[in-house]
Amino acid sequence: MLSAAKRRRLKDSQAESRLFNRRALLALAVVVLIIGALLGRFAWLQVVNHDDFSARSERNRVKVRALAPTRGLIFDRNGVLLADNRLSYRLDVIPERAGELAPLLDRLQGLIELSNEDRERFIELARYRRPFQSLQLRFNLSQEEQARLALDRWRLPGVEVVPVPSRHYPQGALLAHVVGYVGRANAEDQAQLDEARRGVTSHVGKTGIERQYEQMLRGELGRERVEINAEGRVLRFLDQSTPAQAGVNLYLTIDLDLQRAAAAAFGDGRGAAVAIDPRNGEVLAFVSMPSYDPNPFVNGISHAAYAALLNSKDRPLYNRALQGGYEPGSTLKPFVGLAGLAKGLRTPADTTLSTGEFTIPGQQIGFRDWRTGGHGRVDLERALAESVNSYFYQLGLDLGIDQMAESLAEFGFGSPTGIDLPGEASGILPTRQWKRQRFSQPWYPGETVIAAIGQGFNVSTIPQLAVATAALGNGGLLHQPRLLRATQARLDRPASPFQAAAPKVIGLGDESDRQAVIAGMHAVVQGATGTARAVGIDAPYQFAGKTGTAQRVSRSRDGAEQASGVRNQALFVAFAPLQDPQIAVAVVVEAGDSGSRTAAPLARKIIDAWLLREAAVGAPATLQTRRGQQGGGDAG
Amino acid sequence: MRAEPATLWARWQRRALMDPPLTLLLLLTCVVGLLVLYSAGGKDLGLVLRQGVRLGIGLMIMLVLSRIPPAALRRWSGWAYLLGVVLLVAVALFGEGKGAQRWLDLGMLRFQPSEILKLAVPMTLAAYLHNRVLPLSFRDFLSCAVLVGIPALLIAEQPDLGTALLVVASGGFVIFLAGLSWKLIAAGVVLGLASLPVMWHFMHDYQRQRVLTLIDPGADPLGAGWHILQSEIAVGSGGFLGKGYLQGTQSQLDFLPERHTDFILAVYGEEFGWIGVLALFLLYLAVVARSLYIAMQARETYSRLLAGALALGYFLYVLVNAGMISGVLPVVGVPLPFVSYGGTAAVVLLAGFGMIQSVHVHRRLVG
Repeated sequence: MLSAAKRRRLKDSQAESRLFNRRALLALAVVVLIIGALLGRFAWLQVVNHDDFSARSERNRVKVRALAPTRGLIFDRNGVLLADNRLSYRLDVIPERAGELAPLLDRLQGLIELSNEDRERFIELARYRRPFQSLQLRFNLSQEEQARLALDRWRLPGVEVVPVPSRHYPQGALLAHVVGYVGRANAEDQAQLDEARRGVTSHVGKTGIERQYEQMLRGELGRERVEINAEGRVLRFLDQSTPAQAGVNLYLTIDLDLQRAAAAAFGDGRGAAVAIDPRNGEVLAFVSMPSYDPNPFVNGISHAAYAALLNSKDRPLYNRALQGGYEPGSTLKPFVGLAGLAKGLRTPADTTLSTGEFTIPGQQIGFRDWRTGGHGRVDLERALAESVNSYFYQLGLDLGIDQMAESLAEFGFGSPTGIDLPGEASGILPTRQWKRQRFSQPWYPGETVIAAIGQGFNVSTIPQLAVATAALGNGGLLHQPRLLRATQARLDRPASPFQAAAPKVIGLGDESDRQAVIAGMHAVVQGATGTARAVGIDAPYQFAGKTGTAQRVSRSRDGAEQASGVRNQALFVAFAPLQDPQIAVAVVVEAGDSGSRTAAPLARKIIDAWLLREAAVGAPATLQTRRGQQGGGDAG
Repeated sequence: MRAEPATLWARWQRRALMDPPLTLLLLLTCVVGLLVLYSAGGKDLGLVLRQGVRLGIGLMIMLVLSRIPPAALRRWSGWAYLLGVVLLVAVALFGEGKGAQRWLDLGMLRFQPSEILKLAVPMTLAAYLHNRVLPLSFRDFLSCAVLVGIPALLIAEQPDLGTALLVVASGGFVIFLAGLSWKLIAAGVVLGLASLPVMWHFMHDYQRQRVLTLIDPGADPLGAGWHILQSEIAVGSGGFLGKGYLQGTQSQLDFLPERHTDFILAVYGEEFGWIGVLALFLLYLAVVARSLYIAMQARETYSRLLAGALALGYFLYVLVNAGMISGVLPVVGVPLPFVSYGGTAAVVLLAGFGMIQSVHVHRRLVG
């Protein structure tokens, strides 16, 4: 039995061996088949569909990024920097890589300063983002914040510190109302940009030159290809197919020294001053006081700081030189006087009797001269020198409101001067039609009378007064005032002058008419009885000016000012020197005492600063000679 | 048996030396694995070193096991199986692990008892069938099914469906090689297909998700589909010749998840292309073929069945992993043998090869 079992087992063993071998070989065949199938599948991926997967792999890895161009620089006329770009550090977040936003913000809060405003703005941004778009969370990271972020970088996927050029205004408040500022592009700004710039453009010009010449300043986008990892971090730059092209550099007509002198002349006072070159309309100084520092606006001013500026009773954000409308008062008299000559209603020698009170024939209401008892019989020169209202009351009546307005319009009153700043006010030059449209009322003769001394409905802007005054002194050319003097594609290229529009020739009066008016204005400052003779008598040059003291025109926003109880606006216009004038200024001092006592000395400081500056050092000799020739004889 | 060798040295050499082709093929696989791991691990030499140490330990175990005669292994089989099942029960009661209870913490040692079963199940079945008449009878088949079913259910309950399937397969290979009748195989296939809806019903949500993702990875490209999509992109972008060693952008730039463990084949496919995949598969095929050859050379049932089943089990790792990488099988945590980073799988596999070596070394002896 044992041997039988042994025999059976032995036989079985051979059969089993064959069975096993069959099965093993079969299994091996299946293994070979499966490996073949797997290789087929890999070939499907790696050979047949290689191009597709290759493209998808590239799309994973390579990102085309738009390169933001550097914004053009802004200089004054002498090449002093007014706006430049400094490197600052921004914190960007790619939500897809960063995960849940709320916990991320909480974690970042421990590392950097994050205001509620920052958080809200960011969450708003995140709501309308494109996939894998990086969102800007914080600007102007301090070095300390950067260091803390660098340490924690490994546990902050999708968070990146990006160096960006940030706009900086080295002159601070001095030019805020001219240069303006750039600010973060909001949804509205983004919507106005073309597709490519959207998202890349972080800042746009919001006010001033920055906004006016946005197109020139912002430059051309570049493109680069970068390799990113799965977290979206940029690992290396593949190539830079097109570099960004920096914006155009702008040279303004502003002279920084003159600007500084003009601003300093105001002290703590409120007001505005515009100085232009009568020969070409270049704006030499453009001052609105008080001003503000534009730098905090660049990366978002805090609500508190902004509220403080808005609520200040001095209203520093209000650009008085550009948007301020003022009753021109007596500063309008030279132009009304010229209209009288030009229309043939007066000769320079014709006189009017000033008794202290003027009444329209057939009416009861009296219109006063500023000097009780009047000035007696005055010709045009004395009427201007002593600012005799009665002379102009009568002239106004003789001209009529429409002819007067038509004449003043020749000098640019009633319409924007076209200065290259956004938001210029146009002022008001009243006519019958204007009043009918505005108030649906007829025009009364009394309104003509006060319009002739620049009161009533008249509203002028400081640039209008400066340009009109310049046109008196320069032989009758009305220039469009401008701030852009030259442009420059790159710092190492020569600047090309900006082509100004040809001036308009004033269609009112001839040279002798203007000389008669100028003689009167000269007597204002350097004549024996001139209202501003205290200001002009010791000047080392001859010049012409006109004072004005008027009530501030009440616009809707002026309630607070009127409540403060001070109502006088002191104005002064002037050009200098008398022959071939190099500067024309218009000055207003809000809450000033009078034109002669407040505004005129201020204008004198501006003119001094320009004519007596070191650069004009050759000039004083001629000026002195001219003063010697003319002497004091023309004071009458 | 009576052919006594002349010297002690010759006798030792004949008995102790492992099969040179198989040993060389395994060493080659390990070297390739370490090179790929260097690239996949982000050029981390420490990582490569740690893996090298683990492979070294595995090779030592292989050497030790190769000296133990199959007869001894056979006697231990039942005990190994019993130990494995007891530990599985212990895991179910006291185990720990992320989401699934797989690990047993014995103070110094933390390990997955299910790994023991990958060896113990084929050992036990082979030992059981060693004294049986083959091809195996239906009764023996049922006994085997029970022996496989107990640990498989315990592992599936953890839940670790991947390992459970590997354990079932390792037992299945023994039964198949023992001559399971084609009728039963056909019946099994039919029964298996019929039970798919039932299995679907008992599957966990994440498991269902994996199956659904396999069918349509684009449905959730940033979620569950991400692994498969990025893996396919990596492999596909490698092309015929590959992007070059250390040049794979998908892997080097972190787009590929789990790139130094379960998805390391995608790194390899991206950097070495189809040609590289072909070479690697041929290497695996050679190991399987040589192991099956050793099994066929064996003279007794236990050795044959054990070596054959272990060889096929090894291939199953490759199949499941490569199928997952190329997007034809669901994502299951099965590593690529000797290439994926991780010690347990490598050590268990090398222990299995130690037994195959033992079969070779002791091929002239009858147990």
